Amino acid sequence: MSVLRPLDKLPGLNTATILLVGTEDALLQQLADSMLKEDCASELKVHLAKSLPLPSSVNRPRIDLIVFVVNLHSKYSLQNTEESLRHVDASFFLGKVCFLATGAGRESHCSIHRHTVVKLAHTYQSPLLYCDLEAGLQWCNHGSLQTRAPGLK
Amino acid sequence: MDSYNAPESTPSASSRPEDYFIGATPLQKRLESVRKQSSFIPTPPRRKIPQCSQLQEDVDPQKVAFLLHKQWTLYSLTPLYKFSYSNLKEYSRHLNAFIVAEKQKGLAVEVGEDFNIKVIFSTLLGMKGTQRDPEAFLVQILSKSQLPSENREDKVLWTGWFCCIFGDSLLETVSEDFTCLPLFLANGAESNTAIIGTWFQKTFDCYFSPLAINAFNLSWMAAMWTACKMDHYVATTEFLWSVPCSPQSLDISFAIHPEDAKALWDSVHKTPGEVTQEEVDLFMDCLYSHFHRHFKIHLSATRLVRVSTSVASAHTDGKIKILCHKYLIGVLAYLTELAIFQIE
Repeated sequence: MSVLRPLDKLPGLNTATILLVGTEDALLQQLADSMLKEDCASELKVHLAKSLPLPSSVNRPRIDLIVFVVNLHSKYSLQNTEESLRHVDASFFLGKVCFLATGAGRESHCSIHRHTVVKLAHTYQSPLLYCDLEAGLQWCNHGSLQTRAPGLK
Repeated sequence: MDSYNAPESTPSASSRPEDYFIGATPLQKRLESVRKQSSFIPTPPRRKIPQCSQLQEDVDPQKVAFLLHKQWTLYSLTPLYKFSYSNLKEYSRHLNAFIVAEKQKGLAVEVGEDFNIKVIFSTLLGMKGTQRDPEAFLVQILSKSQLPSENREDKVLWTGWFCCIFGDSLLETVSEDFTCLPLFLANGAESNTAIIGTWFQKTFDCYFSPLAINAFNLSWMAAMWTACKMDHYVATTEFLWSVPCSPQSLDISFAIHPEDAKALWDSVHKTPGEVTQEEVDLFMDCLYSHFHRHFKIHLSATRLVRVSTSVASAHTDGKIKILCHKYLIGVLAYLTELAIFQIE
């Protein structure tokens, strides 16, 4: 079982690689597309994964940031995130992990209490951002993403 | 979404319920020790299993029988300004006049409409959690019978009642002029509900809003109502999930024998008299893993829309039907909590 480590590869020249981990393929795809449309100082690469561990057969660059996307409408995505977190080395949590919670706006559809993700982000000492990826699908064409105030302590 | 049809390559949720006992506790223990240092993270809620409160003894089962076995649409209501229980007859007259006036506005279409209606305001004694809760009251629209015979009963066209069960958190924040009855339940034609809502909003400067129940609260209700001790079960325990897929959403229904559900709950339940978040999650996870073992479908990725037990049944659109008078107050207490949360 391979564990993701932050410093096991050499960094690429002027590139940044972000790994998005989440169960909803369509949302991740749209998020990745809109991120790539944004202006970035260095070259940005976005990898998508349903869960960790990643297959070790693929040659991939060093991951600089992992974003765990949790859909508050689906307990399955939370369970998937919790399982994937076990395959991440502890030194990743020194600022290279971020939690993204989507779907808090539609309160009537929420299966997970907001406090659960707050607790999760607090346990792993990583920032938590709220966004609305479903509404953001309309915004992707304009290259911007709708985000709320970050749920930090 | 084809991702749900693909076979699971990663070892996700294990199918044996016993693994959840082992897997859940070390993580929870770690979280507890982390939380001891930093207490600004809110602790998960613990709730009391609805017991028969002593006030329930005052409620005559015959009198509240008409509240059971009916589907009620839920609304949350902000506090009423200058509402007085002694003016109920006056309110009946005003509301009667208002309804007749409103109905006559659309007279062109419904010429034969029965305008012989009677509006009755009455108090519902005993529908409260503590002595501090204001008295619940009931509004009924009855159709006056045209026939002059003696033994005719007025037909009830519409019923609505206002109540507050254990509403201490709201009662403390409002001043004397306000009456707090945050939970409103309506049964009958939607047009009547709208007219009556307008009258209340104009007269008492309050605001109605429909109370939706999300999947998180529905799973709490499922756990709390399964936990209730029943002498005999009148209905199977049933859950309904809505699968988000295009073009039309799919509904999955799962029915369990109520005694099996109670047995599952008893094996999960630890602290007597209290329900915790972990127990609710474990109870639902057992159902999900059982379903996954048989059908390879992750119910946790779908949305719970309806829960139906022998105590009560609730739909996510804010519809409730209470079947058991013993736990009536308990069910209403939880709904009051949701209504207060929505107001605030």
